[in-house]
Amino acid sequence: MATIAGDRPRARGVSRLSGLRQAPLVPALILGALMLVALLADLIAPHDPTLPVEGATMFAPPFWMEGGSALTPLGTDFQGRDVLSRLIYGARVSLIVGLMGTLVAGAIGTALGIVAGYVGGWVDQVIMRVTDAWLALPALVFAIFLAAMIGPSMWNIIVILGAVYWTRYARVIRGEVLTLREREFVKLAEIAGASTLRVIKKHILPNVMNTATVLASLTVGVVIIAEASLSFLGVGVPPPQPAWGLMLSEARPTLMAGQWWLTVFPGACILLIVLATQLFGDWLRVRLDPQTRNL
Amino acid sequence: MARFVVRRVAYSLVTLLILSATIFLIVRMTGDPVLLLAEASASEEDLDRVRHQWGLDRSWPVQYATFMQNAFMGELGKSFNYRLPVSELYFQRLPNSLLLGLSATLISLLIGVPAGIVSAVKVNTWWDNVAKGVALLGLSIPGFWLGLVLILVFSVWLRWLPTSGAGDWRHVIMPALALGWYFAASMLRLTRSSMLEVLGSEYIKLARLKGLPDVVVIALHAFKNALIPVFTLAGVNLVVMVNAAVIIEVIFAWPGIGRLLYEGIFQRDFPLVQGVVIMAGFMIVGINLVVDILYALIDPRIRLTR
Repeated sequence: MATIAGDRPRARGVSRLSGLRQAPLVPALILGALMLVALLADLIAPHDPTLPVEGATMFAPPFWMEGGSALTPLGTDFQGRDVLSRLIYGARVSLIVGLMGTLVAGAIGTALGIVAGYVGGWVDQVIMRVTDAWLALPALVFAIFLAAMIGPSMWNIIVILGAVYWTRYARVIRGEVLTLREREFVKLAEIAGASTLRVIKKHILPNVMNTATVLASLTVGVVIIAEASLSFLGVGVPPPQPAWGLMLSEARPTLMAGQWWLTVFPGACILLIVLATQLFGDWLRVRLDPQTRNL
Repeated sequence: MARFVVRRVAYSLVTLLILSATIFLIVRMTGDPVLLLAEASASEEDLDRVRHQWGLDRSWPVQYATFMQNAFMGELGKSFNYRLPVSELYFQRLPNSLLLGLSATLISLLIGVPAGIVSAVKVNTWWDNVAKGVALLGLSIPGFWLGLVLILVFSVWLRWLPTSGAGDWRHVIMPALALGWYFAASMLRLTRSSMLEVLGSEYIKLARLKGLPDVVVIALHAFKNALIPVFTLAGVNLVVMVNAAVIIEVIFAWPGIGRLLYEGIFQRDFPLVQGVVIMAGFMIVGINLVVDILYALIDPRIRLTR
């Protein structure tokens, strides 16, 4: 017995360490670095992202190619603006829209899911029918439609993407609340006379937070791609703001001239950030909620 | 069964009503289309005349009722820009979108199904990890960027394929690949999980116990059942692709429905936008209804529990 008891703390320590070992080091590093870049954009960007670089030509290639210069390491665009600086500031746009859009979607969806599941009855019916209607439209078509109608700006895009991507939260969380509602601690709270609001706040919400977090981690990448798509189509972040999708759109007319750096770099940035969030989300999913592995 | 079908059809109708009302309201709340229809110098009277001509002077509920009435007759209003019925424009473009959608579905199946099967049969091996990597990339590479890179490689550098427009098979390859890429990843994931489920079932164990060779068990016994959900998803995806390929169709100047929507948005041609978006909703609600009913026919548990 003594040895077992003695082993216990060490065993726990080991499992904590192994938990750390499983932590997604690479995606966490990528995301951390991108966040740092976005936060410190003013300090690290070599040039103003919205103005042509003095002394640089238009369509200058990256520094390692003939005609490139160290002044603009990743080349310049059709106005002679520095691609690297635009990429750095673009990280800010992508991260803000990705995180805020996900937050808005999560807040709407979680709130509606909890209300539908806990209150039930016709309220549930109404919310779920609206959810169905929302789901009937391809998310991107809906977002393009809304963006075109409401007008382009970064904050509009956040609200629009939030208004488009909440449905999955509502569905999943409603399902979870339906089972939570029947659990004893909820029943007991009700019998003890707790108000509906109190039960939701103290007993329901804390128990769906894990699921909401997992869904959020999987939504961030989708929202980032959606923002890039909207900006690419000209209904997202308006110029001259440096957004990656917008940079791709501005590179398109001259794609045939072979200025590949204008197309390859912004897209690679989107790929990198989405890949990192996906890997991080996968890890979080297994970690927080083993039941949703099949989501 | 009859009760199940009636309930599902009723749900679908409610969904469509909410959807169309939402679209209708959003379109009307966000700007006065008459200002775009008339010339800049038009007087207030001219504007009123245009409003009357297009029925925009009536109250919203009346406009909506008229709109829905016409919609059920298969008429979605008249495009401001083309001065043609929206349904005519839509069905003009539909074959192109179908061609692109079918090609993309084919590509997604050709990539996703074999990779998913290999991944499931050789689960947790090197093969499986490669397949998982492909699935992850499928979700992470934006399809439109893939399209741009394909143009860069195959049109600009290698000069093998034309960049845009519709014509023979060479015009279809790149947009179909860019569109199908994302769906290939979802096919792969579904094939893998479906295959794993079937391979773990009793009848497969029995087949193995009988001493049947692996190839026979996988190819004849597991494959057939594992692919039912995969082909269902392929069908649903096809409908989504036909209606949602906006950005790919814009990049490749493909004359399909997505591009029609894009043009409508930039010309603020709101009957056109409204019509195309609502058609997308109709088609997707329709395919979901069909799938639900087919599944209920196959599996009685579904119609009893839901």
